[in-house]
Formats: sequence, C-alpha cells, structure tokens
Amino acid sequence: MRLREIRDKLDARVIVGEDRLDLDVSTAFGADLMSDVLAFARSGCLLITGLSNPQAVRTAYALDIKAILVCRGKSISDKFIEIARELNIPVLWTRLIMFEVCGRLYQEGLIGCIRQASEIEDKQIA
Amino acid sequence: MPSEKFLEGIYYVQGRDFVDAGVVSSDIKRALKEKGIPESVIRRVAVITFEAEVNIISYADQGTIQLFVEPGAVTVEAVDIGQGIPDIELALQEGYSTADDSIREMGFGAGMGLANIRKYSDVFTLTSEPGNGTHLTSVVKLDGK
Ligand SMILES: Nc1ncnc2c1ncn2[C@@H]1O[C@H](COP(=O)(O)OP(=O)(O)O)[C@@H](O)[C@H]1O
Ligand SMILES: [Mg+2]
Repeated sequence: MRLREIRDKLDARVIVGEDRLDLDVSTAFGADLMSDVLAFARSGCLLITGLSNPQAVRTAYALDIKAILVCRGKSISDKFIEIARELNIPVLWTRLIMFEVCGRLYQEGLIGCIRQASEIEDKQIA
Repeated sequence: MPSEKFLEGIYYVQGRDFVDAGVVSSDIKRALKEKGIPESVIRRVAVITFEAEVNIISYADQGTIQLFVEPGAVTVEAVDIGQGIPDIELALQEGYSTADDSIREMGFGAGMGLANIRKYSDVFTLTSEPGNGTHLTSVVKLDGK
C-alpha cells in the first residue's frame, strides 16, 4: 500500500515526506512502547504509534522502519519533525485512534510484520 | 590469523538527558553503515545500543558506550557510573522495572530493555557494583543467528 493511499484512507496529514508518497509498505506494527517496537518490529514496516516524541523516530531509524504514522492526534514537536527529516523517515499524522487505524489498513490488505511475539526468537530483525 | 578488535568510537551518555535518548544509537548505526557491515547486524547493534543508552540515561549518572569492530563481530560496551544493579537476575526478567514516569513518557520503562539486549546478543555479559556502576558487554557476530 502506498503512503498516498494510507493518507487518504486515514484522512491523514503528511508531516514529513511529501515527496515520498509513492513509498510502498505491506506490513505494520502498532505500539506506544518503544521497547516493544525494538523487541518485536521488523524492518520495512509501517510504525503506527501514539508516542510522538523523538525517540519514536530514532527507534524507527534503528530498525529501518519505512514510515511512521502518529495516531490519536498527538501533537508532534518541531524536534520530532527535524529528526525525521534528518533521518529521512516519512511521517503521517491522523486524529484516528490506533484501533481505527489498524482496522482500516488491515481491510486494505496491510498485515502485521509478525503475527505473534515468539516469531522473532531467532534474533533476526529481517 | 588472530583477529584484532578495533575501537570504532566512544560515545558519551549523560544521565537524565532524556531529550537526546537514541542519539548514540543513531550515530553508531551511521558509523556501521559506512563500514559496510550487513544491515541485519546493524539493526541488532542499533537496538542493543538504544536500550543500553536509555538505561544509562534513566538509571546512571553518566557513562560511555564503546563500539568495537573486528572482522567477524561487532562489540558494544556500555559502562556507567551510578547506582548499579543490586540483583542482576531480577533486572534481566521481562517486566521488572524501577522506571519512573519520566522514563515511561519516553516510551521506555516496561522492563524489556535488558531482556531485549540479551535476546539480540550472541554473547552477553552484565556485571554491576551497587553504588558504583554497571558494565554491559554485547557481541553480535556477523555470521550470527
Ligand atoms: N545501567 C543501569 N544502572 C542501574 N540500574 C539499571 C541499569 N540498567 C538497568 N537497570 C535496572 O534494571 C531494571 C530493568 O532494566 P530494563 O530491562 O532495561 O527495563 P526498564 O529500563 O524498562 O526498567 C531497571 O528498571 C533498573 O532498575
Ligand atoms: Mg531499560
């Protein structure tokens, strides 16, 4: 699913990466806890989170996560935007709650980057 | 041939400096990319460093993270001066945490950090002297799991 379509499905605003809306993602991971993202998310996914501080961007960078979607209308600081630009990670923003975001995207064919936590015991962050 | 361990960089981490949490992890990731280390190894090292960095910021006064690169492995050594860990086995348990709200607001403090570091390490050692500080070593092998 292209970022452009994700934006449209979620009435989202593009905060960073207006020029990268053709970027394609097929998997996602949703969490507010960055330790869980670091433990379970896979590279190349879309990160759906209600955490809108710079650590979310740095976590995404650590894992080669393709893009970040901030949900629940959380306010995004200038610092967040600055770091996302610097690390070249597109950021979308929506007022929708996480459940609504996940439901809509799943309906469009997006799937979880893992299905259950044990899948990543092999240490690979694919 | 004996393998040599080269010091690639030393990064300073200031306790309670929450704003910059993750900066060292990002810097180390960039440094390893320039060296042409495989991406899957870099991701593991980035995660390990991130959690180690957040722990120094959260629980210690100050510390350093050293990065070593040798032909077959990347080693991260996080050393800090601070309160230390009285019970290492307990600290390693998933879910055990003494974090306060300032740490939770950052998206950390759920007691997963040390467990994550161990999970992504091929070799993992953690020692601590309560009242003095903590020493964590993590090795990620290039041909690792
Ligand atoms: N460098 C450190 N110095 C002192 N205590 C630490 C350090 N790292 C971890 N700890 C202790 O171990 C606990 C577990 O750490 P961790 O697994 O990273 O989870 P969390 O940071 O989410 O609490 C912490 O809550 C803290 O009490
Ligand atoms: Mg921690």
